[in-house]
Amino acid sequence: MTDASITDNPPPVQARRDIAPLLLVPALVIVSLPLVGSPASWLTLTVAGLAMGLMIFVMASGLTLTFGLMDVLNFGHGAFIAVGAFVAASVMLAMGPWMASDSLWLNLAAVAPAVLAAMALSGALGWGFERVIVKPVYGQHLKQILVTMGGLIVAEQLLKVVWGPDQITLTRPPALRGAFIIGDVAIEKYRVLAVAVGLVVFVAMQLVLSRTRIGLLVRAGVENSEMVEALGYRIRRVFVGVFVVGSALAGLGGALWALYQETVTAAIGAQVMVLIFIVIIIGGLGSVGGCFVGALLVGLVANYVGFLAPKVALGSNILLMALILLWRPQGLYPVAKR
Amino acid sequence: MAEPLLSLRGVETHIGRYHILHGVAFDVPEGGLTMLLGRNGAGKTTTLRTIMGLWRASAGEVRFDGRDITRLQTADIARLGIAYVPESMAIFADLTVQENLVLAARGGPPRSERLDRIFARFPALKRFWTLPAGLLSGGQKQMLAVARAIIEPRRLLLIDEPTKGLAPAIIANMIEAFRELKDSESTLLVVEQNFAFARRLGDTVAVMDDGRTVHSDTMQTFAADTALQQHLLGLGMDTHQ
Repeated sequence: MTDASITDNPPPVQARRDIAPLLLVPALVIVSLPLVGSPASWLTLTVAGLAMGLMIFVMASGLTLTFGLMDVLNFGHGAFIAVGAFVAASVMLAMGPWMASDSLWLNLAAVAPAVLAAMALSGALGWGFERVIVKPVYGQHLKQILVTMGGLIVAEQLLKVVWGPDQITLTRPPALRGAFIIGDVAIEKYRVLAVAVGLVVFVAMQLVLSRTRIGLLVRAGVENSEMVEALGYRIRRVFVGVFVVGSALAGLGGALWALYQETVTAAIGAQVMVLIFIVIIIGGLGSVGGCFVGALLVGLVANYVGFLAPKVALGSNILLMALILLWRPQGLYPVAKR
Repeated sequence: MAEPLLSLRGVETHIGRYHILHGVAFDVPEGGLTMLLGRNGAGKTTTLRTIMGLWRASAGEVRFDGRDITRLQTADIARLGIAYVPESMAIFADLTVQENLVLAARGGPPRSERLDRIFARFPALKRFWTLPAGLLSGGQKQMLAVARAIIEPRRLLLIDEPTKGLAPAIIANMIEAFRELKDSESTLLVVEQNFAFARRLGDTVAVMDDGRTVHSDTMQTFAADTALQQHLLGLGMDTHQ
């Protein structure tokens, strides 16, 4: 055996991080300042963009992982968002007095169980959706698109059966209404909460993915699920777990989105799915970090363009996606697939 | 005669509508290194993947340590103590060298004496310990792929073309590593196109052609029969380095 002690070796080599995509976010924020003109408007738009981006990230992160792990195109992901929104709205409406109270703690005591119930039911629905709808069509992309789209339509109609065809109007509790006023800048309280929740989800996901064995399994499975199996791990169990967690996060995102818009309709999930698909394509399919950066870019661009040129706001995210794919055709942080 | 560790009998494999293996049959004796030789397209890789459960055998039987594993899932086959190093190496490029090895050690964190042995054989892995594996050179990736397979003791290693595209110095290192493994703890089944490598390491040999096993023998006997090599492989083992 070669006698090569570590002291004979050159020092360990460290990797250089690819930060160019990450720098796009501050670059976009800085470039937009002279375009918007007023620093107060710019700051308000920036916070709004970050809040919108992070809510989309919460909804999209599970979808990008399920695609990366098992190549599953789940167009039904919007159903989990809608279920989360309806369940959260129902719980909050049922706790009307606490929601209307001026006490921050009573407001939180109404919102927290609503969010937890939304996550629990969306997660449970995700488990059933995977077992009944997705499992029979592993590896068959066309069938996945058709059957998951069908699942979304059925779910939307079932929501109308359970909650009725009319939209539900939701009023934020007093603690989450209004804005923080700093000088002549107004920053909506709810947007600050949305940013905080989104950051907590992102940091928690990064910690799980980088510090735990299950996180390693997910990252490895996104690259090469077959090799993960050959190492003795049952990748489908990992996938089901990720699907359930991703659905629960979609439910959380749905609850946040419902409170943000203050109205809930059966189409709430389908409406936001276009943005979610743009985000996961921009980020690189299967990449949580890419999904995070992509979501921030989409949120910021939507708000800046909506202010500067409202007529092109609808197409601005498609244009953003096209520009990013011209730069990096596999997305900002492409996953090294086998 | 002792029971072989691995035996294949009449194994047939279809990939889609293509019939790739047509009744493959050979034994892998315990404690040695069996070389699986054959021309390109003979079905060697498909045979390894069928043993590992990555392709499903449509007929026939694969037995490991006396147990029929033909219908087991890949993960269950791996848990019996079979490790697989594919031709593509299939290292996880976005994971660091450390993370690749931690993941491969199913029983918990890799044991330090095991790691020391691996680092002594493949020092580059220690140097690039925290580097994403995708940034390694081809030879270093092959080292990592082999290290991943042996991070815990395995009874059988299935290795597909370990010397493909590697520099001679790294091939020499691989030869020593495989020799150590077969002398100490594992049985190896290696697919190889490098006949010099095959002859130096192999104890037994199985030759495939057109999805069938056409010859099984000891490597010593096979290496001495140039005419048979010409007939089965299209060239002699002496003519290829």
